Amino acid sequence: MDLSAINPILLIAAMIAAATPILLAAIGELVVERAGVLNLGVEGMMITGAVCGFIITVNTGSPTIGFIAAAVGGAVLSLLFAFLTQVALANQVASGLALTLFGLGLSALMGQSYVGIKPPRTETTPLGPLADIPVIGPIVFGHDLIVYLGLAIVAATWAVLTFTRVGLVLRAVGENHDAAHALGYKVKRIRTLAILFGGACAGLGGAYISLIRVPQWTEGMTAGVGWIALALVVFASWKPWRVLLGAYLFGGITQLQLNLQGAGVAIPVEYLAMSPYVVTIIVLVILSADKSRAPGSLGRTFHASG
Amino acid sequence: MKFTTLLASAAMVLGLGGAALADGHEKTKVGFVYVGPVGDGGWTYEHDQGRLAVEAEFGDKVETVFVENVAEGPDSERVMTQMALDGADLIFTTSFGYMDPTNNVAAKFPDVKFEHATGYKRLHPNVSTYSARFYEGRAIQGHIAGKMTKSNVIGYIGSFPIPEVIRGINSAYIHAAKVNPDVEFKIIWVYTWFDPAKEADAAKVLIEQGADVVLQHTDSTAPQAAAQEAGGVITFGQASDMGQYAPFPRVSSIIDDWAPYYIARTQAVMDGTWESKDTWDGIGAGMVGIGEISDAVPEDVKAEALAMKAALADGSYHAFTGPLNKQDGSPFLAEGETADDGTLAGMNFYVEGIEGDIPQ
Repeated sequence: MDLSAINPILLIAAMIAAATPILLAAIGELVVERAGVLNLGVEGMMITGAVCGFIITVNTGSPTIGFIAAAVGGAVLSLLFAFLTQVALANQVASGLALTLFGLGLSALMGQSYVGIKPPRTETTPLGPLADIPVIGPIVFGHDLIVYLGLAIVAATWAVLTFTRVGLVLRAVGENHDAAHALGYKVKRIRTLAILFGGACAGLGGAYISLIRVPQWTEGMTAGVGWIALALVVFASWKPWRVLLGAYLFGGITQLQLNLQGAGVAIPVEYLAMSPYVVTIIVLVILSADKSRAPGSLGRTFHASG
Repeated sequence: MKFTTLLASAAMVLGLGGAALADGHEKTKVGFVYVGPVGDGGWTYEHDQGRLAVEAEFGDKVETVFVENVAEGPDSERVMTQMALDGADLIFTTSFGYMDPTNNVAAKFPDVKFEHATGYKRLHPNVSTYSARFYEGRAIQGHIAGKMTKSNVIGYIGSFPIPEVIRGINSAYIHAAKVNPDVEFKIIWVYTWFDPAKEADAAKVLIEQGADVVLQHTDSTAPQAAAQEAGGVITFGQASDMGQYAPFPRVSSIIDDWAPYYIARTQAVMDGTWESKDTWDGIGAGMVGIGEISDAVPEDVKAEALAMKAALADGSYHAFTGPLNKQDGSPFLAEGETADDGTLAGMNFYVEGIEGDIPQ
C-alpha cells in the first residue's frame, strides 16, 4: 500500500472531468422532469450526441463546432421523443426506452467509418496566470470550456427555476398540467422546449465522453452513464445543486476507488467497485429527508380535453 | 377464424416448417452470441471476423446470425434459446460469463451443438469449450514491458478476477520480473469487459501513479487513446491488433484468430463428425497471433521477443516454467517443471512478487 502514489490535485481534477458527462445529462433531464415529462431516452441522446460531436469535430477540426453539433444532434433526437409523447400522446416510458435503443443503433451506424480515428485535441480554457496558481490552479482553472459550461448550466437552471417567471411556469406545467392549461399556458409547447433542452444537454454530455474523456469513437461507449444520470435526478429530489453534488460525488468516488486500487489499498475490490453507487445514493437519500417530492404531473400524458 | 384457431394453425405451420427444415434443410445455421458490440475494436470484433470467415469459406451452404451486447447471465440464456428455436445448428457463445447459460440451454436442445469460449464446463455431450493460450502472448508482452519500462511501474487493467485474466497477469509479471527484478505491477479491476470511459479512467489513474507501460485485459481501445494522450507510455493491443495506435503507444499486440477454428467446427457439423471436446490452442496452432512489434521497441528486445515467440510456438519453452513460487511464498513449480493445463485452467493465485489480493 502506497498512498503517496495518489496525487490529490490530479485526483480532484480527474473527478471533475469524470463528473461532467453525468452532470450535463442529469441537469438536462432535471429540467425535463420538472416540466412533468419522464424521458428515459437519456442514454440514446447521449450516444447520439457523442457520435455527432465526434464526426463533426473530425471533419471540421474544431471541437467547438463539434460540441454545438452534439447539442443539436441530441436535441434533434429528443424532438422525436417530443413528437411521440406530446403530439402522438404515446406512453412516455415506452417512448423513452425506444429512444435509447434507437439512439444506440443509429449512433453505431453513423459512427462505422470513424472507429479508430483520433479527434483533434480540445484545448483547456486559456485562463492565463490563474492556471499557474499552485494547487488551486490545476483543480479550478485547468479545465476545458465544457466543464465550466456544465457548472454555468447548473447555476442558470437553479436561478431560472427559483427566481423567474419562466421557471414558475415550467414548474406549474410539471406540477399540474391541467391547472397550467386552464391558466392559458401552452403545456405542449413548454414541454417540447424542455425536452429539447434535455436532449441538447445529454448530447453535450455524450460528446464530452467521445471528445475529451476517452477521446475516440467506439460503439456503445456511453455504457450506461445515461441511466446513472436518470437515477441521479430522482435521488437529488429534482434540485439542481443536489444534482451537482451527486454527480461530483459519483465521479469523485469512481476516480478515488480506481486510485485506491492502483495504490494497493487493502479494502476488498468489490466494495471499492460498488462504493460510487452506494455512497451517492446514501448521501442523496439523507439529503432528501425533507419534504421534497416528484413533480405532480411527472410521466402523465397531457391532452387538452382532459 | 377464432384467435385460438389462428394460433393453433400458426403453431402447426411453424411445427411443419421446423420439421421440414430439420430433416432436409440445405444451409447450416451458425449463431454467435457476443458480449460487446462488433465495433469494439477488440475481443468481439475478432470473433465477428471469425464469423465472416465462416461465411466466406462456405458461401451459400451456411447462414450466420449474431446478437451483440448480450449481458452475461440470464439474458444470454434467452438469446441462446431464441437462436436454437430459430433453427441454429451450431452456436458459439463467446464470453466466460455465458458458461452456465450455455450448458443450461444445451440441455434443452440436444440436437444443437454449443461451443463456449474460455470456459471449462462441458456438462452435456453437445457442449464443447475452446480457448486460446493468451498467456503465451502475455509472456512476450511482459518481456518487452520489463525491458522498456523506465519507471519500473507497469499498470494492468483487469476485467474480472477469473482464471483467464489472472493467468495473463502472472505470465506477464513472471517475464517482466525475469528481465527486470525491480518491476512492480499495479493492477486495477474495472469489473467490465467493455466500458470505454471506465477503461480510459483506469489507464489514466495508472499513468498518474507512475506506470509507463499499460497492459489491458478489457475489450475497447480506450486505454490506447489514454496512453497516446499522456505520451511516453507504451501499450499492447488486446484481442485485436489495434494497429491504429501503432507504432506508438501500441508496440505489439495479442491477436485472437478464431477463423480456422470456427471454420473447422462448422465443417464438422456439416460432415456430422462434430463431437464434444476441449480445445486450447496457442501461438503454435495460430490461434494466438502476435501483432507486429513496432520500431518503438529496441532491436535487441524485438529479437528476444521474436525468439521467445518461436520457442513458445514450437513447444520448446513453456510460459510457466519453474522455479516459481506462489504469492505467499509456497512452492508452485520446481526447477524446470512446467504447469499442467488443469492448474492453468483454474489458476486463482498470484505468483510471488505481485502485490495485492485477488478479489474473491
